Amino acid sequence: MKKKLVIIGAGMASGRMLEQLFDAAPDAWDVTLFNAEPRGNYNRLMLSPVLSGEKTYEQIVTHDADWYAAHGVTCRFGEPVVRIDRAARVVHSNRSSAEYDALVIATGSAPFIIPVPGKDLPGVVAYRDLEDTQAMMATEGKDAVVIGGGLLGLEAAAGMAARGARVTVIHLMGHLMERQLDPAAGYLLQRDLEKRGITVHCKGATKAILGHDRAEAVLLEDGTVYPADLVCMAVGIRPETRLANDAHLEVERGIVVDDAMRTSDPHVFALGECVEHRGQLFGLVAPLYDQAKVLARTLMDEAAVFAPVQTATKLKVTGCDLFSAGDFAEAEGREDIVFRDPGRGIYKRLVLENDRIAGVVMYGDTADGSWFYGLMKDGTDVSGMRDTLIFGPAFQGGPSLDPMAAVAALPPEAEICGCNGVSKATILTAVAGGACTLDAMRSCTKASASCGTCTGLVQQVMALALGGAVAETPAGLCKCTDHSHEDVRRLIRSMALKSIPAVMQELGWKTVGGCHSCRPALNYYLLAEWPLEYRDDRQSRFVNERNHANIQKDGTYSVVPRMWGGVTTPAELRAIADAAEKYNVPMVKVTGGQRIDLLGVRKEDLPHMWNDLNAAGMVSGAAYSKGLRTVKTCVGKEFCRVGTQDSTGLGIKLEKRMWGSWTPHKLKLGVSGCPRNCAEATCKDIGVVCVDSGYNISIGGAAGMEVKETVALASTPSEDEAIAIILAVTQLYRENARYLDRLWKWMDKVGLDWIKAQIDDPATRAALVERFEISQSVYRRDPWAELSTPTETPRWAPLADLTLEAAE
Amino acid sequence: MTIFVDIGSLDDIPRQGARLVRTAQGCVAVFRTADDRVFALDDRCPHKGGPLSEGIVHGTSVTCPLHNWVFDLNTGAAQGADEGRVRTHPVRVDQGRVLIDASLIRSRNAA
Repeated sequence: MKKKLVIIGAGMASGRMLEQLFDAAPDAWDVTLFNAEPRGNYNRLMLSPVLSGEKTYEQIVTHDADWYAAHGVTCRFGEPVVRIDRAARVVHSNRSSAEYDALVIATGSAPFIIPVPGKDLPGVVAYRDLEDTQAMMATEGKDAVVIGGGLLGLEAAAGMAARGARVTVIHLMGHLMERQLDPAAGYLLQRDLEKRGITVHCKGATKAILGHDRAEAVLLEDGTVYPADLVCMAVGIRPETRLANDAHLEVERGIVVDDAMRTSDPHVFALGECVEHRGQLFGLVAPLYDQAKVLARTLMDEAAVFAPVQTATKLKVTGCDLFSAGDFAEAEGREDIVFRDPGRGIYKRLVLENDRIAGVVMYGDTADGSWFYGLMKDGTDVSGMRDTLIFGPAFQGGPSLDPMAAVAALPPEAEICGCNGVSKATILTAVAGGACTLDAMRSCTKASASCGTCTGLVQQVMALALGGAVAETPAGLCKCTDHSHEDVRRLIRSMALKSIPAVMQELGWKTVGGCHSCRPALNYYLLAEWPLEYRDDRQSRFVNERNHANIQKDGTYSVVPRMWGGVTTPAELRAIADAAEKYNVPMVKVTGGQRIDLLGVRKEDLPHMWNDLNAAGMVSGAAYSKGLRTVKTCVGKEFCRVGTQDSTGLGIKLEKRMWGSWTPHKLKLGVSGCPRNCAEATCKDIGVVCVDSGYNISIGGAAGMEVKETVALASTPSEDEAIAIILAVTQLYRENARYLDRLWKWMDKVGLDWIKAQIDDPATRAALVERFEISQSVYRRDPWAELSTPTETPRWAPLADLTLEAAE
Repeated sequence: MTIFVDIGSLDDIPRQGARLVRTAQGCVAVFRTADDRVFALDDRCPHKGGPLSEGIVHGTSVTCPLHNWVFDLNTGAAQGADEGRVRTHPVRVDQGRVLIDASLIRSRNAA
């Protein structure tokens, strides 16, 4: 008599297991197959092409009714199993029962539904089965929101976009597919998705799904609202273990199986996404098929052992080529080989460990993915081909390539600089005419003088003509790049780069995450260039700017509240005194910038102190920032017997307009009410000295490591015009100076005449003031208030205190 | 075998940042990289005692905020021309929770 085999779940894993079983032992088992879905086994991986319209459901069916009939399988489709009676060896569905000699649980996984208000509204779907897919296929011309920027979510998003939906992807993490991709590849993927009209919102936490009778919109924690006729939750899956739990089988995260795919009950087996094997869960198809093979042999009483191998990931979105396999996290003893071709949007990264490939991430060109994957799986020693490894199998064994040979082979009419249409012949002629440096080449031919991406090539052509390296190559911004500060700024502008990963990818950064030199610089350049779009990255700031206080040598901080124009009130002084006492401030000191410094504050006390000072109406004095520091004033004509103008009033006005702004280096202002210059305005970055006839504005002073006297920029009888000139020159400095250049240093580089010409032109001046105001609409705000909220305050204290546990 | 103790959620540590843990053996900085790997090092630069937890994290390195010494988070070794080493501690992430070597509860002499 045939033994009875009952299977719960007609998915891809159990389907493959049945194929193996029927091939090897066609008559051994009498099979009953339960499935909650009202259909048999189809290729779930192909739901994405069905969604996008590239395939139909019929095309992805693996086992049709004829197949089940031919193998004598009793199909109970649309019958979810509700209980397993292990004692009696009977399975009960909602309609029928079946006895078993062996039971296979293949219940797969359940989508993880994030517990937000509105999650149960009609119009909220997961992406697991054909019903979900059909709901998403009906979104043409509608708004759809996908929560989750992983593999599944992006396939859902791309599919709906191909159907004509307006799609937004909300992703909690900083970049898409963060488990498979590093930030650079994630950025390229995001760019490609955005090109096809998909909105991508990273670092977005869903707060609620809004709607009355059905989903209408998605609300994020940051207040953003996206309209949504359909919401697809694709944040993850978890093993479907409810039946096994109820049957008291051993269940951890998944149903625990041994190497033979047997559960804690010798008559019960499990495979697929519902199982946990040696602490590991499985979501990709390759290991599931291995499990199927092992289980089929186990059921035939043959010894078989499931040993999972590494698997690779490919995204099934037409036009987005990515490949990810292995482990690409940085670690001791690991090295990266990175190849970037910004123009073609290509990124390849190999992670090597002990001369073997440990991980592969590829974007844009994944043709060699399976070759690398093979080397990784086989543990091939790649030290012999390391030099050309990244170029793939086509380059192995060939002669090594000399980049100069490639340049030498270019015909004379080959275009080197695309922006200015400069050919190789033009550059060679210019070199023959004496242009031996890059600067000289730029000024006489304009080659590489616009966007700068061809700089390296221009240098190579010049080196070819000169028979050696080109002199005076501008130094790179840091060791991570050969591009100079000026090049990076120009490229951020001309290529519309709007994030740090975008800059690093497009400009070919040589390190993975930059360094302490380039990250703060890039953060500044991006926020200065794209004030409305770029979000300040706190983690790319030096400690003082990240913590909005100056760190002292013992790790405590100093706190300086703003005193507008150096003017304070008894109430403010009382609040400062109270704060000093409350937080046991060891020193209270008057600063050179006309305010009061509270020194020696513990980090965890900072938000509490700020909260107290905020309550008294005070804001951060930004005494720590590469930004507006102070506007020092004298009392002016309101009190002083020789004062000519209201210097205090002007100082306060300037500070109220400019506070919160970030600049390449610190920016200090001074306003003196008469030429006696009590506010020492002529050693500030920008100084105003009032005279009877109006205001003399001078710039470029300093009293630091270098002492500099300001030089005259402009004079005006009007206070309003004085303010406009100061805002304009500040913006000009913000837009053009190299990060960490004080104003005088920038002035020395560009020349006072050029600055004057910009400021004197009414249209240019007005545009500069307007751009300054646009930036200030974002940055004229108090960081103390934002960082001392009930959610932020605990983050200033230690994460844990293990000394307390010891005492307990 | 190392015994681990829960110190908080991974989400409590900013990416490319760190949080401080007070222990019987002094302050320990727990770092989180851009790709969610976690490292624990003594929060004290061997140069002038700078708080490494306040440094800029790049790749698997951190730069001390006081004088820009750079340390490899894997080994605690100073990079480049500088010589020195910061003690590292076993730390791991399990289901979104950060766990650190429980022996840090005791002072070194008692251990």
